[in-house]
Amino acid sequence: MISLAPLTAPRDAAAPLLKSAVDAWPEDSGTCAHCGLAVPVARSTNDSPQFCCSGCETAYTVIHACGLDRFYQLLASGEATPTPAKASRRAYAEFDDPTFRSLYSRPVPNGLESIQLILEGVHCSACVWLVEKLPRVLTGVVEARLDIRRGIVEVVYAPSEVSLSRVGRTLDSLGYPAHPARSTSARDARRSADRVMMIRMAVAGACAGNIMLLFIALYAGMFQGMDAGHALLLRWAAAILNTICLAWPGAVFARGAIAALRTRTIQLDVPIAMGLYLGGAWGVWKTIAATWTSSVSGASDIYFDSISALVFFLLIGRFLQQRQQRSAADALEMLFSLTPGVARRVSATKGDASPGDVQDVPTEALVVGDVVEVRAGDSAPADGEVVSGNSSVDLSLLTGESRPVSIGPGASVAAGCVNLESTIRIRVHATGEATRIGKLLRVVEEAAQRRAAIVRIADKWGAWLLWALLALAAITLIIWWHAGPARAIDHAVALLIATCPCGLGLATPLAMTVSIGRAARRGILVKGGDALQSLATPRAGTVVLDKTGTITQGRLSLVEWIGDADAQPLAAALEAHSSHPTARAICNGLGAESTRLSRSVCDVSQVMGAGIQGAVSDRRVMIGTERFLSDRGITLPEPIAQAAAIARARGHSTTYVGVDGRCVAVATMGDPIRPDARSAIARIRERGWRVVILSGDHPEIVTAVGESVGVEPSMCYASATPEFKREVVEELLKRGLVVMVGDGVNDAAALATATVGIAVRGGAEASLAAADISMTAEGLAPLVELFDGARRTLRTIHWTIATSLAYNVLAASLSMAGLISPLLAAIIMPASSLTVVGVCLSSWAFQTSQRGVRA
Amino acid sequence: MSVLFIMLPAALVIVALAVVAFVLAARTGQYDDLDTPSHRMLAEDDSDATGAQ
Repeated sequence: MISLAPLTAPRDAAAPLLKSAVDAWPEDSGTCAHCGLAVPVARSTNDSPQFCCSGCETAYTVIHACGLDRFYQLLASGEATPTPAKASRRAYAEFDDPTFRSLYSRPVPNGLESIQLILEGVHCSACVWLVEKLPRVLTGVVEARLDIRRGIVEVVYAPSEVSLSRVGRTLDSLGYPAHPARSTSARDARRSADRVMMIRMAVAGACAGNIMLLFIALYAGMFQGMDAGHALLLRWAAAILNTICLAWPGAVFARGAIAALRTRTIQLDVPIAMGLYLGGAWGVWKTIAATWTSSVSGASDIYFDSISALVFFLLIGRFLQQRQQRSAADALEMLFSLTPGVARRVSATKGDASPGDVQDVPTEALVVGDVVEVRAGDSAPADGEVVSGNSSVDLSLLTGESRPVSIGPGASVAAGCVNLESTIRIRVHATGEATRIGKLLRVVEEAAQRRAAIVRIADKWGAWLLWALLALAAITLIIWWHAGPARAIDHAVALLIATCPCGLGLATPLAMTVSIGRAARRGILVKGGDALQSLATPRAGTVVLDKTGTITQGRLSLVEWIGDADAQPLAAALEAHSSHPTARAICNGLGAESTRLSRSVCDVSQVMGAGIQGAVSDRRVMIGTERFLSDRGITLPEPIAQAAAIARARGHSTTYVGVDGRCVAVATMGDPIRPDARSAIARIRERGWRVVILSGDHPEIVTAVGESVGVEPSMCYASATPEFKREVVEELLKRGLVVMVGDGVNDAAALATATVGIAVRGGAEASLAAADISMTAEGLAPLVELFDGARRTLRTIHWTIATSLAYNVLAASLSMAGLISPLLAAIIMPASSLTVVGVCLSSWAFQTSQRGVRA
Repeated sequence: MSVLFIMLPAALVIVALAVVAFVLAARTGQYDDLDTPSHRMLAEDDSDATGAQ
């Protein structure tokens, strides 16, 4: 059992300050003991274990201290891609507020309470094991149960023994930042709809199974002869079960058909309901008639087993479809809990509190102009401007990077960012839906609703099928009328039942489920089948790529060092003390020499955005922009200035190095393009998509990158703000489908607006929730895989539809020829369903043979 | 009278009881989470101490 102190201020500037979890540089020494990714040079030490970031270090310490090292074995034996531990450094103080407790914590028997928390970073069975071991880590917690699909843990705890803020901090230190799960009425409605659907499916299954057993007896009687009394009993039992099946689970189709007819549209429900209910009614009629006349011959002419099996299979298809739509809706839930529910308002001269007093109010009660106090470790409740206090904030919620950003009076903060160092007061500019993150949620929600209205593939066939079946039934009636009305109706009803589109109702959801399951094992998480469908057919569609992180590797690296090579160790030693991307690029580019002189560095001072200076082995070294050096009396010699100009024209950025009052070198840096980018883009083009690059970076850099991967300058958009990105997507939507690939929250609005949004894991939580598909692997090659997989899935769907139609044609011909019997129908229908299942399982989409899960 | 006339209704009553049990289980949320139990199963527990140090 360990005790966790509240999170303290960051360490002093002399120690490496690498806090970002995404700082994993492969060209380095050592691997992190927690997540297995590489440890950046500046953080590497000679003692083990090493860590890539403080989040991993904290998690490892906690896990080790509680004797939970089994976690690493489970992690290794699982299939998940390891990711660095996310630690948000929040103090979770608001969890202890009485209002918070009354909102989210419910009492359970034995004087305990239970709370549901949404966790970030849960992705594998090892995480399930670790989170559910919470009782061992923290006394006072009785039980923790995690739902891996929704990322929600239900914690049962004793309020007298442990505070909620400690629960939050413990989960955070293990690598899973926690947010309260607001149980909205929408979520409750969805949950009960899910339960109802499952009950229906199960009841249909029970009826179908039992009717099949009864019919085995009846079929045996057909061949061997059966006592009339027994046959009647069996038929009545089957009739009753079938009526139950049609009245309870099967009523879904009746309701759907009636609703469709009322609006004068024809969906698949109409022919299905027609077949089921006509068949059921006729069968009951025949059973009654047989009781009156006491003449019955086996199972002739009743089809209860086919009808109930039909209901069962069709409901399976619906159940699968509903489950897919759930995960999309569940992900959105998380977004609602990303901002705090309680704010500390500083009262002005209104109300009964004296001015300057701080009151806790619900976030919804804030208005523009209020002054709110945000303590260290808390998140900002609204967008605003800093009125007093100097601190630094963590914007990872919005940008995905957890590098701290300094703020002071006049700086603006956004709702959801975590205040790190000291208390600040902000004046509110925007609250609730008007905040950046609030607007984002609105966009995402609207997009989700729009997508739910897309028609399923099979529904389009509904009208065609209905008329075809009615025509065939009419023809059958006419053909057989001469043999007697009863016989004719028998054949016609048999036709309607045997040609019921069971395969159609099952095909699409089943194929989607199989593909989505396989894709998930390869690190591609698809939230809804319609995303796969859209990806399969370009139809003059466009793929919009973000530049940084998708086409490029997403980090600066040293391209050239122009100047005095002796200055390299000095520069590297000095830059080892900074967490700026430029510093990391220089350290990694210059390699192991950086560690040699790190002991003799002192007097380091950094100016944010300008440069760093210090004394290395008694020589004054300064590294920074041209302005930084000139402010300290260093001018650039001509050859260095020229070289720098050439580098800038190529799209690289430059940093100057000065030693002892003279500028001795310039380091040029760029963001390297991924080696497979060019070929991947060519392959995407081959499949019929147009490619557009959309980036917030400078125009020269974007066009230079575009040229090297084969995208013309006219298709490159630069200096894009989040609003501009969204406008570009909307404009492109007019010409066709849009697929957007991005990872920061400045992409999230565009991701939600696009037809299909794809986010890369490791990016901002908000964009992961807004996207339809999230991928764990980086780069463009998985994108090509995704397109191929989608196309193969669509082909599988077409095959399954063709197969089931073939069976329907067979059944129709047999019925019209008068050759069909319940036994034949009972064989054909499951055969068609089994064939559909077989085709789906043997589909070529997302085969796992090609590459492993680890990128 | 054949036994079937008693057995069949009795069997149907048993089926009805099973369905009722299932419905009760589903309504109290026991089938809400179908994915996590398969993950939870993968780790065998050597000691199962809740709330222990």
